[in-house]
Amino acid sequence: MMELKVNGRVHSVDAAPDTPLLYVLRDDLQLNAAKYGCGLGQCGACTVIVDGEAVFSCVIPILLLQGKEITTVEGLGSIDQPGPMQRAFIEEQAAQCGYCIPGMMMRAQALLQKNPLVSDEEIRRTLEQNLCRCGTHMRILRAVRRAVQLMQVATPART
Amino acid sequence: MTALLPNDTASAHISRRAVLQGAGALIVSFTISPAASSQDKGRAKAAGTAVKLAGSLTNTPYLDAWIRIDADGSVTAFTGKAELGQGIKTALLQITAEELEVPLDHLTLITADTALTANEGYTAGSHSMQDSGTALRNAAAQAREILIGVAASRMNVPAAQLKAASGVVIAPSGARLSYGELVSPTLLHVQAQPVSKLKDPASFRVMNRSQPRIDIPGKVTGGSVYVQDMRLPGMLHARVVRPPSYGAQLAAVDSAAVERMPGVMSIVRDGNFLAVVAEREYQAIKAMRSLAAGSKWQEQSTLPKQAELAATLSGLPSQEFRIFEKPESSPPDAAATALEATYTRPYVAHASIGPSCAVAQLRDETLTVWTHTQGVYPDRQAIAEMLSLPPDRVHCIHVQGSGCYGHNGADDAAGDAALIASKMPGRPIRVQWMREQEFAWEPFGPAMVAKARASLDSSGRIADWEYGVWSNTHSMRPGPAGALLAGQHMALALPPPAPKPLPQPEGGGDRNAIPLYALPHAKVVHHFIPSMPLRVSALRSLGGYMNVFSIESFMDELALAAETDPVAFRLKHLDDPRAREVVTVAADRFGWSGRQKGGSGRGCGFGFARYKNLAAYCAIAMQLAVEHETGRIRVERIAAAVDTGQAVNPDGIRNQIEGGILQSMSWTLYEAVSFDDTRILCVDWSTYPILRFGSVPNSLDVHIVERPGQPFLGCGEASQGPASAALANAVADATGKRLRDLPLTAARLKAAIGV
Repeated sequence: MMELKVNGRVHSVDAAPDTPLLYVLRDDLQLNAAKYGCGLGQCGACTVIVDGEAVFSCVIPILLLQGKEITTVEGLGSIDQPGPMQRAFIEEQAAQCGYCIPGMMMRAQALLQKNPLVSDEEIRRTLEQNLCRCGTHMRILRAVRRAVQLMQVATPART
Repeated sequence: MTALLPNDTASAHISRRAVLQGAGALIVSFTISPAASSQDKGRAKAAGTAVKLAGSLTNTPYLDAWIRIDADGSVTAFTGKAELGQGIKTALLQITAEELEVPLDHLTLITADTALTANEGYTAGSHSMQDSGTALRNAAAQAREILIGVAASRMNVPAAQLKAASGVVIAPSGARLSYGELVSPTLLHVQAQPVSKLKDPASFRVMNRSQPRIDIPGKVTGGSVYVQDMRLPGMLHARVVRPPSYGAQLAAVDSAAVERMPGVMSIVRDGNFLAVVAEREYQAIKAMRSLAAGSKWQEQSTLPKQAELAATLSGLPSQEFRIFEKPESSPPDAAATALEATYTRPYVAHASIGPSCAVAQLRDETLTVWTHTQGVYPDRQAIAEMLSLPPDRVHCIHVQGSGCYGHNGADDAAGDAALIASKMPGRPIRVQWMREQEFAWEPFGPAMVAKARASLDSSGRIADWEYGVWSNTHSMRPGPAGALLAGQHMALALPPPAPKPLPQPEGGGDRNAIPLYALPHAKVVHHFIPSMPLRVSALRSLGGYMNVFSIESFMDELALAAETDPVAFRLKHLDDPRAREVVTVAADRFGWSGRQKGGSGRGCGFGFARYKNLAAYCAIAMQLAVEHETGRIRVERIAAAVDTGQAVNPDGIRNQIEGGILQSMSWTLYEAVSFDDTRILCVDWSTYPILRFGSVPNSLDVHIVERPGQPFLGCGEASQGPASAALANAVADATGKRLRDLPLTAARLKAAIGV
């Protein structure tokens, strides 16, 4: 038994310690958003946030994750109450098949959490690691820019 | 909104019996006519029907096959087409809501399911709007008029004085009867009429308005959307151990150690088909790796030399089809300027981000298969034949997968799951392909060669035109069980079906090989190559991408020789007013006439086609920069114009056109399947690079040319061809060098410009 903290809740997980996080998220915790794309850390469909950093959940074994804060798309909001990043993707209609989108959202979320005033160039450079096959790139870039604005509204600067 | 959530698995649990027993439901039964495929078999006429019905009503004429209204007023629409990420569900709901006069969020849509929906063949060829959209539009309009007719007799008011709105028929007096009150069990169990009372586009309130896609909220919040997300009670995880290469024979397998691994439930071997089934997913993966390490295969070297692919292909035996010949009005002028060029394309992978997946369960003598196939009925036929089951004992239900862009591993994964489930009755079996399996085993888009020759008369017009294209078939899809890898690999070793060329006017390798331009003298030949060194099948736009790349590149070469502006040169040869308009609009939106002059590393290019010469029109202008030292191409801005006939969801059209352009940029700049004499070598994203964010243009503007009231023209494959040619033409404008071999890699460009 291992303990994993996912989206603010601690879960006891009965899985071999070398199991990559992706399979625990999907099969044990029944979280759909992180996707199997390559199992090689090459496409980004499995991207989640661990202690503020975007990581490939398909290659990181759970034994390295004890005591760490793991966030998935499910931790950003729900279909009834989508968070700013999710709202931005809905408002920009930034999906076709949508399979790569949760990974895109998590990598962008990690970027924006670190730097809320990110430039277009930094958005592109950061998303370079994530692949989209439908060619939704223009909309994904627009959605991330919109998320920048929505997050500023959601968390106004402290005076 | 609950009913509209993109949860195909929920709809999958509605059995036909439950539907038939639905209290007060209109649906009684419907007759499904023999298989008709949208893309590959042309359009069959309904047996015994003399009159032509609209869209897929031709093959499935009963209204209740498309529209069901329950006594509680709830409305369900049915389509045999599948959501592939192209947004078809939203567009079909818009159409139904518009013509039936029901609010969109009161509608439920059931998609491709062999127990519930019409057989509309494959969701392919940009046919869904034309086939299913047209059928639903007409069925909904006729259902609306039937309901108004019932209300007229109940209210004793002439039908002409009644109007339908929001699921209610309203009389001038204000009297109202809801659809639920008007419905009776057999009311819509009638055959469609050839003519429908369709709404005037000027009165549209749902169609031709951008409607947010109903599937996107679930996709961005972790909803259960994809077949990969299914978790059925008692479900087991399977992995297949594929042969290392085509035709490899399993000589020996050491499975004893694997059988003792944690969670392993079964090792399935049937001829060259080898799989492992485990309780948990990662256990299955580890067991698959051990099983693969303990397997010995005898391989054969059967593949051609990649470096000599074009010569090899055009040297293979071929069948010639003269698909176009314009009578020799006058012999070409001997003094005319003549040009000749050869263009090539490598094998291209579908390369879905999510490898293929399927779930199957054999229970109560019925095999249920949840699959992201493009054709539930053809897939059912193949699986039934493979397992020697009657087709009515196989139930195929479409559940979304990662984007497929044609015939990828979806059907094969369904066949794998079906074969394993047939050997383990009771337990649902989930088969997930690995990344390297998807790359090595998916059927690729065929490599092709095109040769063009033309001459110009003294006025700078094309005097004669000759074009030949060499290609394999572009469809090896199921129906036949031998089309499935499991069918080929099992001990029965079902042979793949004989390859066939897809007939004109849609064509396969010769799709879009006939130019839309007005030419006085022209000949087009399709050299169909039956022998297939690599596994191939349908990739988005089939031969259309390559033929438009070649024709539109050649048009620019001719324009240069004629010393005419490329857009003016095209307009000089275009009679079709709709073609002329998209060309003009794209050029205007781009600012073509005031564009920066080519050369010194920056250039502009143009491309145009009407997909299949009968679907959407699309013209694209592109500006790019070439980095001299590296040969890197950076596309800066793009303007596109598209005419899709009557638009239904304009933002959905823009999404499809944008996606098609970017996917085509990826094919055109980077992509080629690599192989040695035995094995496929590109098995991951480092060996098969695709477009990344650093190469995405700064701006991409899609303009829709409105055609109210015109028939729907599919647009999912309209932009790939024109985008590739616009790119190649812009490279030529920027560098003065013409690249004719795809992909236009940095290495090729550096070689051309002498770096």
